[in-house]
Amino acid sequence: MKKNLNGKIALIIGTLLVFLYGIFGIPKGVSGAALEQAITQRIHLGLDLRGGAHLILQVVVKDAINAETDNTVARIEQAMADSHLTYTQVLKPDPNTPQTIRVEGVDPAHSSAVSSELSDRFGAEYDIASNSNDHSFTLTMKPSQLADLESRTLDQSIETIRDRVDRLGVSEPVIQRYGLGANEILVELPGVEDLDRIKDIIQSTSRLEVHEVAGNPDGYATEQEAMTSLGGTIPPDEYLVHGDPQGVSSDGTDRVFLLKRVSIVGGRDFRDASAIGPNDSGRQGVNFVLTNAGGQRFYDYTSSHVGTYMAIVLGDRVKNVAVIQSAIRDNGQIEGQFSKEQIDALSLTLRTGALPASLIPIEQRTVGASLGADSIRQGVIAAIAGTLSVMFFMLLYYRGAGINADLALFLNLVILLGFMGFSQSTLTLPGIAGVILTIGMGVDSNVLIFERIREEMRAGKGAAQAVDQGFAHAWVTIVDTHVTTIVSAAILFMFGTGPVKGFAVTLFFGLLANLFTAVFVSRVIFDSHLNNMKAGARISI
Amino acid sequence: MELFTGVTIDWLGKKWYFLAFSLLFSVSGLISMGVHFARTGSPVPLGVDFKGGTEVQVTFANVPDANQVRNATDAAGIHDVKIVAYDVPAKHELLISMPEQSDVNVDSSRKRILDALHQHYNNPILESSVQAVGPTVGRQLEKQAGLATLYSLVGMLVYLWFRFELIYGVAAVVAVFHDTLITVGAFALTGQEISLTVIAAILTLVGYSMNDTIVVFDRIRENLRISRREGLTDVVNRSINQTLSRTVLTSGLTFLTVLALYIFGGKVLSGFSFALVVGILIGTYSSIAVAAPMLVAYQDWRARRGKAVSLPAAKRSR
Repeated sequence: MKKNLNGKIALIIGTLLVFLYGIFGIPKGVSGAALEQAITQRIHLGLDLRGGAHLILQVVVKDAINAETDNTVARIEQAMADSHLTYTQVLKPDPNTPQTIRVEGVDPAHSSAVSSELSDRFGAEYDIASNSNDHSFTLTMKPSQLADLESRTLDQSIETIRDRVDRLGVSEPVIQRYGLGANEILVELPGVEDLDRIKDIIQSTSRLEVHEVAGNPDGYATEQEAMTSLGGTIPPDEYLVHGDPQGVSSDGTDRVFLLKRVSIVGGRDFRDASAIGPNDSGRQGVNFVLTNAGGQRFYDYTSSHVGTYMAIVLGDRVKNVAVIQSAIRDNGQIEGQFSKEQIDALSLTLRTGALPASLIPIEQRTVGASLGADSIRQGVIAAIAGTLSVMFFMLLYYRGAGINADLALFLNLVILLGFMGFSQSTLTLPGIAGVILTIGMGVDSNVLIFERIREEMRAGKGAAQAVDQGFAHAWVTIVDTHVTTIVSAAILFMFGTGPVKGFAVTLFFGLLANLFTAVFVSRVIFDSHLNNMKAGARISI
Repeated sequence: MELFTGVTIDWLGKKWYFLAFSLLFSVSGLISMGVHFARTGSPVPLGVDFKGGTEVQVTFANVPDANQVRNATDAAGIHDVKIVAYDVPAKHELLISMPEQSDVNVDSSRKRILDALHQHYNNPILESSVQAVGPTVGRQLEKQAGLATLYSLVGMLVYLWFRFELIYGVAAVVAVFHDTLITVGAFALTGQEISLTVIAAILTLVGYSMNDTIVVFDRIRENLRISRREGLTDVVNRSINQTLSRTVLTSGLTFLTVLALYIFGGKVLSGFSFALVVGILIGTYSSIAVAAPMLVAYQDWRARRGKAVSLPAAKRSR
């Protein structure tokens, strides 16, 4: 009895074409170079194979929380002043828990007014507790707010890093959350070997801020001197900042300045920066431009503070202290010694927006392109040598049926690579391990089937029946082995990161492909062979 | 061409040899891990991926001399470096590593090493690869790779429980565990470092060994269904013999692939392919010598306790 296999054969050819498209897309030509270009556009190689830099950055979320609560402190002071409520101070009592704010020394007569004022304005974001013993209120950022802020900080950091990396012209960067620890970002930069410069730019907080000078505008020689002049304690809304040796203290001596903690403008208020050449007095510097909102705030402040001093702080160093001579709207200058690289980096970081928090690199790797190429070459040679010897042996051992196995194996690899192309997955060294296990299991499926067919033939069954029974029995085993391994690959994919994931991806796709090729395709080849055979003839196995 | 037709080996009759063999290897694996633990505080030599630290692969213009490099780093006040010849004759490459102390500045050790080298050598030095891993990331990675593997084992156990019986799942997982233990022990014994790629190899061997075990189990299940009166020992023996030619063939071919990897794969893949070479041998052995005898042992144990003896015939399957 002959089977009609046309539909099945069409399905196989269709699958082959679809997955070939997955690998190559529509190539621009059929030359070797065009094909190679087509394939590298769709199947991405991991950094371990093509070289590049890999960086894991820890986001110091505390910075963002600090900025947020600093802002709230200022808003509370404003609100209390607006409603004429008496208090001694608003402060953040513990630097390690920046989410807590305390309002101290509230006039007992105003207690209920303060309570309703605070809960009206800040109740949505903060849990508010009052202490009647010392007449204070404690505001603690709500956990949901905190989580939201963390998540926003991470997203903003990723966005900023991507913007910076793009402007540096790195192609195909990977910048994403890294699932291993809390608040970590993975940055992968293919082809980058000199990480130092790029890393500096990526993690440059370069927070440019303008602060009101609280103490002596010329600064103090040491922190000790600053403390003494204040009578031993620094007011909670003020802090000490060292001068930049290339800025205010160009004679090389260290200066310490006492500044208001909350900045006048800073971070995302800046829009751009550019270099200005040496001016009449021979000094050079940077010209900065504020956003509209920032400019408005700056104008409001400077117009009401003419004659006072402000400090320009860059990266936690005072660059410049200047007296406010008139109202300034949206641009200003920082004088000082800057190298061209410094100005370029500052300008780039200002244009891409400030990072909401500082970043600490906790893992860093670079793989030289030649080393990656070595891994590829050796890996590919080994894989080809292994696959060819397996194919050769299958032909030797199973003769005619060996062709089935070899075809199935070939198709399996096509489908696997096609899957990788469609899903834009990245092929890594551990991924190649997944491919090896796939090849092993693919061969195993064929061996299981063929051995079973041989057994059935030894039991005296005819060719067609032996093939039928062989497939039927082996099918159960193949399903069990494959589903078990697919389950484990899926779990590894879900819980693993990096290399474990790379392994899981190729294994998962490979085994799915295998179920199709080893069972379905191999069966169709057998059937078409049986169709063309004379009755009673033996199959070559 | 056909091998192993009509074999009738009494595998279970040799179970005491198997047990002795497995114990010998597992225990020597455990001992070498113990010795390593006593010496270094970790049961196996871990790569910088896991333990944290800095590893710089440096290409020199001329054939480098490890002693001279050590003098250079010593002069710069770096004393805890390890210098390993990587590919000296062909590429003049050395692997220079040192343990990382801080989480805050992972890059500092690399800079110190390279500064020391630049001071000592006038000829250009090329870094071909750098890894700097903070200790926290290393620990996170270690924990997470371990957990992912554990979860996947549980997943496989549950599937086998559903398809066969619980004891089949347990036996398969014990066999896989046995393989992993021996392979990792081999790393401790030979002093090779376990890196992330080696983890991928261990996952591969887990998959491979599991596959091998299931093939035998499947045959046992099938045979139990057709010959209900035969004793479990005979059924297991027969099942192993029936699948023997498949086992030898598949293992042989996979071994061939892995051997090709070991021979041609070069330094980068050496740890990886070493794990597979050991793993494939042990994985094949364990399906026959660990997983299958466990089924029989379990049934004997149940029989002694006066429970139903007919188990562990697997659930019906279509």
